[in-house]
Amino acid sequence: MAEHFPILVVIIPIMASFIILLLWRTKHRYEWHITTAATFLSFLISLSLLNTVFLSGPIRYWLGGWEPPWGIEYVVDSFSGYVLVVVTLVSFVTSVFAAKSVKKEAGEGRTVSFFALYSLLAGGLYGIIVTGDLFNLYVFLEISSLAGYALVGVGKKKRAIVASYNYLILGTIGATLYLIGVGQLYIMTGTLNMADLSQKLPAIFESKVIIAAFALFIVGLSIKMALFPFHAWLPDAHGLAPSVISPILSACVIEVAAYAMMRVMFTVYTPAFVFKVVPAKEVFLLGGGVAMLVGSYLTLAQTDIKRMLAYSSVGQMGYIILGLSFANHTGLVGSIVHIFSHAILKASLFLVAGSLIYKTGITEISRLKGMGKKMPLSMATFTIGALGMIGIPLTTGFISEWKLALGALEAGKWFIVPVILLSALLNAVYFGRVIEIVWFKTDEEEGHGHKEIGKHEKTSIDEAPLSLVLPPFILVSLSIIFGIGAFIPVTLAEKAASMLLGMP
Amino acid sequence: METVKSIAPICALLVPLIAIPFIALAGQRRPNVREFWTILASVIMFLIVASMLPRVQGGEVIEYQLLTLFPGLDLNFRVDAFGLFFGLVASFLWIITSFYSIGYMRSFNEHAQTRYYICFAISLFGALGVAFAANLITILIFYEILTLSTYPLVIHEETPEAIKGARRYLTYLLGTSIAFNLPAIFLTYTVAQTLEFSNAGILAGKASPLMIAVIFILFIAGIGKSAMMPFHSWLPAAMVAPTPVSALLHAVAVVKAGVFTVLRVVFHVFGIDLLSEIGLGTALAYFASFTIIVASIMALKQDNLKLRLAYSTVSQLSYIVLGASLLSGKGMMGGILHIVMHAFGKITLFFCAGSILIAVKRKNISEMSGIGKKIPITMFAFFLGALSIIGFPPFGGFLSKWYLVLGSLEANQIPILIVILTSSFLNGAYFLPIVYRAFFGELDEKLNDAHEASSWVVVPLVLTALISMVLFFYPQPFWRLAALTVKGLTGG
Repeated sequence: MAEHFPILVVIIPIMASFIILLLWRTKHRYEWHITTAATFLSFLISLSLLNTVFLSGPIRYWLGGWEPPWGIEYVVDSFSGYVLVVVTLVSFVTSVFAAKSVKKEAGEGRTVSFFALYSLLAGGLYGIIVTGDLFNLYVFLEISSLAGYALVGVGKKKRAIVASYNYLILGTIGATLYLIGVGQLYIMTGTLNMADLSQKLPAIFESKVIIAAFALFIVGLSIKMALFPFHAWLPDAHGLAPSVISPILSACVIEVAAYAMMRVMFTVYTPAFVFKVVPAKEVFLLGGGVAMLVGSYLTLAQTDIKRMLAYSSVGQMGYIILGLSFANHTGLVGSIVHIFSHAILKASLFLVAGSLIYKTGITEISRLKGMGKKMPLSMATFTIGALGMIGIPLTTGFISEWKLALGALEAGKWFIVPVILLSALLNAVYFGRVIEIVWFKTDEEEGHGHKEIGKHEKTSIDEAPLSLVLPPFILVSLSIIFGIGAFIPVTLAEKAASMLLGMP
Repeated sequence: METVKSIAPICALLVPLIAIPFIALAGQRRPNVREFWTILASVIMFLIVASMLPRVQGGEVIEYQLLTLFPGLDLNFRVDAFGLFFGLVASFLWIITSFYSIGYMRSFNEHAQTRYYICFAISLFGALGVAFAANLITILIFYEILTLSTYPLVIHEETPEAIKGARRYLTYLLGTSIAFNLPAIFLTYTVAQTLEFSNAGILAGKASPLMIAVIFILFIAGIGKSAMMPFHSWLPAAMVAPTPVSALLHAVAVVKAGVFTVLRVVFHVFGIDLLSEIGLGTALAYFASFTIIVASIMALKQDNLKLRLAYSTVSQLSYIVLGASLLSGKGMMGGILHIVMHAFGKITLFFCAGSILIAVKRKNISEMSGIGKKIPITMFAFFLGALSIIGFPPFGGFLSKWYLVLGSLEANQIPILIVILTSSFLNGAYFLPIVYRAFFGELDEKLNDAHEASSWVVVPLVLTALISMVLFFYPQPFWRLAALTVKGLTGG
């Protein structure tokens, strides 16, 4: 059983998707139960996989027993194992949240198709992570993206359809560029297996086709991960998607695209190619730095809380890309920790926004006055999540910031440290604004001042139900737990970074 | 110097944290129970801190390694003479301020008092953590905790004015910390490969003078809590907070945590040898002098009593930095002693400002004519506190200023001497007219039936005024702790 875990983690949610559809017309549909159970099982399996990888090295699984490079190979190593745990965790926690939220937002009649797509999306994401085959990765990329396009369209506002359409067009362009890259590599080497490719490529590194293919991969996946300036689709898609889908898009989908990019860079093309043959360092430094600043800057102007969180993701992707540009271990560790940190924090922030929408339907930041007194638990979660995003010590956000800055100094790129800090400051500004409104602005203008005791304590608490409050709270707690017990993510990330950079 | 391991610093730190759920549970419904927990926590915390005194006075350093975040980043605590010095001041004044808070907050029927007491406990946790931190990362963590936990206290009134002030407060403190302090720590770690404080400094011989200077400037700019110009304006802005907050936090815990951090960095990260070699100490001394004089002049112009006190604090904080930056034994001694002397003097003045507000509902100095006849105890305590800040004997303030004067002579810095004397004159110029007006001015008729505030408010301020006098005759144990710190730094 345990030896089939790498395929099970992918197949369980995909099967769940079919089962949900099969039960559509029956009396007992259980679509939410099946989805949650499937993502939970995947999460447990991925924990077990990570444990195995950590103790005894990478797992290679041959699909149907066919030996690579002919058959498809699934590889769970210290990098994919780590990302897999993060993504399965977030998708499981989000699906717990989905129970109440989806019913309200998608409508009773659409829950079945919603959860079928949700499971499919999850399965597609897990597939991207575990596969060791470039073309198989494309297949999963399309599975997850198609499910994603449809799910964005479920959003309540009319414009969600437009957002979904834009996402579809740009996402397809990205996937197509990726596919052309795969084709070029296949023509040149006759193989699609990543490990095999990394053996065959060094001989033809200087080939124009190989370099062009690399560029296609990077641009294609940049669109998928909404790296500035390919971010245009993201704010609409993430901002208008249903409450349950926004966290998946922002915390899993774009992170998995970043994962795929790192895979292609370091596993298919080796670090030697990335840092010596092509000017990737410079491109990533510029791309990451600009994404951080512009993303954070654009976030400042947002008046809608979900759109604000969506724009913030544009900036956060910049962090991950920036870490790649230093060409050193510390920087890469920063990127890998940031994948985890951003996933749990952004998911929890979007989920809190979901609770807000569930209870009040409000998304304009300026109308959130006094929410701290109405929904104290949700708002406390939001506040801690925001502190994590800013990178206050003892949260995971600080650890990635620390590693990225040290990586920059190690690489002699001291001028990038102010950029990182400026981005943190911008984060502090836009989150600080929300926190101030939520906790301290009151509806009446004159404020509290010296008044009768107890008069203002009566604002009734009107908190969202527990199934909506708990999921983001768990994620935020993890950010604190692993911000203090930081050696856990750091050790895992260090292992992954060493493997990617081919260091012993 | 002997190093011993003990869990005592952790226990002291845990006390306010443990008190929080009890304070929250008692809540608004049972205010007396809630305040009981605050008082109990403050007393226990002080006792634990004081229990470390004999060992530290005996030359021991108490250490406790809590955990390693990941290799390179440790949460360590280390109680040396200097840390205990600040810990004692903060934890002792928390007790007095707690009593005062009860009187003040109830007189005004303030809202959200539970939140107030909880945040107060967290800020003391932060301040004590700064005092006991053993390395730069630990001190940064507690520094940020202190910033964030005092934000709800500053914004307490929730009026547009309070929101504006609190926003400035957070912007300056968090902003400087992220923009300057954090990169300074990054650079220090890259250069020195460690962040642990050491008596000899950790940067000596590790980097070029230019690099050292850059790190130094980043640190000084980044520790916004020390309120050095041009990053001082958060402190006047924070005066929108209730008076006990201004008293304990913005005359003692927060701002002293700031100068404490500056001194830690000067003494234990750079080391006095390195700084005097590069001449950065003198540069800092002149920088601090500028703040001393300019802030004193700005204090003269303020009509709002709390604002005047705030600018006076800005100026007085720079005395502490000035003393340390003289890098001479006596100067450092004066700087360190000024932490406690100013604390007792200024907290008295703030307590008095609150008491005046309760008794006559006046905030502006120009409206305080003749109130000394109605509230003589408060105004007399104000007089004593002012004398201590100005530096008259027999008050504690005289001792620290005396050492500062000696230090400037020892360092051959005559201009600094002039700065200290000028500023003392300015201190008198902005404090004594208040006292004169209060006792000899003509009383507003509307205030004919004004009377002293409740004894919850008056007793604490009398107490702190008396202690600032006692500190002149009996400066122990602070004097000994300061001497131990200086001895450790100069090695003799």
